[in-house]
Amino acid sequence: MDLSFSKEEVAFRDEVREFFKNNVPPETRKKLVEGRHLSKDEMVAWWRILNKKGWGVSHWPKEYGGTGWTSVQHYIFNEELQMHPAPAPLAFGVSMVGPVIYTFGNEKQKQQYLPRIANVDDWWCQGFSEPGSGSDLASLKTKAERKGDKYIINGQKTWTTLAQHADMIFCLCRTDPGAKKQMGISFIVFSMKSKGVTVRPIETIDGGHEVNEVFFDDVEVPVENLIGEENKGWDYAKFLLGNERTGIARVGVSKERLRRIRDLASKVEAGGKPVIEDQKFREKLAEVEIELKALELTQLRVVADENKHGKGKPNPASSVLKIKGSEIQQTTTELLMEVIGPFAAPYDEHGDEGSNESMDWTAQIAPSYFNNRKVSIYGGSNEIQRNIITKAVLGL
Amino acid sequence: MDFDLSEEQRLLKDSVDGLLNDSYDFDSRKKYRAEKGGWSKAVWGKLAEQGLLGLPFSEDDGGFGAGAVETMIVMEALGKALLLEPYLATVVISGGFLRRGGSAEQKAAHIPGIIDGSKTFAFAQLEKNSRYDLQDVATTAKKKGDGWVIDGEKFVVLNGENADSFIVTARTRGGQRDAAGIGVFLVPANAKGIAKKGYPTQDGLHAADVTFTGVEVGASAAIGDPENGLALIERVVDDARIALCAEAVGAMDESLKTTVEYLKTRTQFGVPIGSFQTLQHRAADMFVAVEQARSMSLFATMASDFDDAKERATAVAAAKVQIGKSAKFVGQQAIQLHGGIGMTQEAKIGHYFKRLTMIENTFGDTDYHLRRVTEGGGLV
Repeated sequence: MDLSFSKEEVAFRDEVREFFKNNVPPETRKKLVEGRHLSKDEMVAWWRILNKKGWGVSHWPKEYGGTGWTSVQHYIFNEELQMHPAPAPLAFGVSMVGPVIYTFGNEKQKQQYLPRIANVDDWWCQGFSEPGSGSDLASLKTKAERKGDKYIINGQKTWTTLAQHADMIFCLCRTDPGAKKQMGISFIVFSMKSKGVTVRPIETIDGGHEVNEVFFDDVEVPVENLIGEENKGWDYAKFLLGNERTGIARVGVSKERLRRIRDLASKVEAGGKPVIEDQKFREKLAEVEIELKALELTQLRVVADENKHGKGKPNPASSVLKIKGSEIQQTTTELLMEVIGPFAAPYDEHGDEGSNESMDWTAQIAPSYFNNRKVSIYGGSNEIQRNIITKAVLGL
Repeated sequence: MDFDLSEEQRLLKDSVDGLLNDSYDFDSRKKYRAEKGGWSKAVWGKLAEQGLLGLPFSEDDGGFGAGAVETMIVMEALGKALLLEPYLATVVISGGFLRRGGSAEQKAAHIPGIIDGSKTFAFAQLEKNSRYDLQDVATTAKKKGDGWVIDGEKFVVLNGENADSFIVTARTRGGQRDAAGIGVFLVPANAKGIAKKGYPTQDGLHAADVTFTGVEVGASAAIGDPENGLALIERVVDDARIALCAEAVGAMDESLKTTVEYLKTRTQFGVPIGSFQTLQHRAADMFVAVEQARSMSLFATMASDFDDAKERATAVAAAKVQIGKSAKFVGQQAIQLHGGIGMTQEAKIGHYFKRLTMIENTFGDTDYHLRRVTEGGGLV
């Protein structure tokens, strides 16, 4: 049993840290620290820097541009990325559709899509959730009817994150309406520029525009855009959702936010002294830090297990990561709200485009608090996570 | 980065688990409680036979030179079994004082008796007004000739009724709450001037209130520097806290297992109550609490070797906060999910709840340690 990183791992951490320090555009970093949204160009610019370094799709197999890092190295990379902070690679391409394509796609699809995912030449979005299919995803209704060498797609997707930027979508569609729920679903990819695709923004409670509704009206898609076998899409979806187990805890994000809390709480005064000197506040902060330390260790247990024994059976502890990780992220945004108190109120109606300088330091704190309520809902709500623990771990 | 046990550690775990599986089911435990002193000399003998009482002592002292991980393994197993025997008081705490602060003569005189199981010890530290503050010591040790005279009252001394010797904290100079001027003394339990009032504790262990009236001991009774013993006390009490964290994880693990078993077997409305989602989610939350506690128990165990005393203290305090919270949650939910049967002495689960509750209040409760974490500057 050994909790410390090896000499090589420490050297790797320093290398990664140094690279972020020298290569993440300062304005990008600043916006993230302040909880602002980045423009498409800002994100793509950074991802291309990352890809040029060879780290854009680090966890892919080497033959498709991956790094061959160990689980511990991946952990270190993500942790440093989140703490710097810098934008994480676009999950929809890099972590979701990419692995499905190199695992289940044919040779032509691999050549066609993978390099463009790595360099974000295509921005991908995810067509899973529907208005009537949230936690019960397998009840989805979007239809793909085979007509000759084409699928005709009709239906509606929702909560489609950053679809406004997207060039491509990977979509779960029902191809066999007669089959039972999970059967009869196919995994189809197509261009968002196709005729019959309409994107409508959903404004969220923070005033932001991250998610969208996407409508398909007789969209024609070549049959060759089917990934894997027809009616096997549910298997690929499960593979995709099970792929990213440890990143979901977002320990680095919470660490970075705790630093910001300490920083702001040392500047904002209450009763003639900085908020950080208030014992009750300090205890609340310490409580979150302890929860986060426990989560970090839980995550390291999962990572070390993978490192040594491979990614076979998921470690039961991994189901803890989503629940605790999201709760802690939410608590940290709550604490930021508490630090600034009444100054949380002013709303910057120019949003991210042109910010009101006088509100610069507080404007995004309340929106970030509101926005972070999503983290216990998306990616399998925390209640679904408890169902998973109940079945997979406790055997109830 | 590796959380797996080594081959030797795995063997140790198998051996202690095996021993307790064979000799420490819930009914046997009831019998041991009824024995004189409230625990089993036979079990203690077996622990000695398997070398568990000599685990942390150096090979020069006749032990096995094992580290914090090995103690964690044993304490987890003891927590699962709800062990009554005085392992914490004798091996972890008193053994800790001897091994970390004792002179060669003191080690030679006392460690063999611990290892072979012939002697048990008790740590007389808590006072009426000290609560969790280790430097709040009113008991005095006054110089007399070469030796010392000890006067004062100690409370809830675990194993105090049965111990062969006490390890006593006493003030050699200064005011009641001064950091300097605290000594640690080895006092035979049969010394003149000692009065004991023994009683069972809520969790089935045994403790005593002990009064020292003009108790005279020789110069060789002082462990370490009698004027500056606080660092040693803090070190050893951290050992005890780390051990308690592991014990609690063992007890929580078993509480969850017992509860899930009950949810599967108890039927109401014609179905196992474990089919109800409200109950499932409570059990899932218990699992989360246990895993978070396990992580912090590991963290505390690793912290045992931190060079920086302040860093170690903060890490251990943080672990004790997490364990305190998890233990309370797991214990309370376990009772609730058992329903009425959980309220009875007859069911095992209540006894876990009681032990977990007492662990929270031993050597600092959650609020106390939370404050210590803030004083240590936090964790991030």
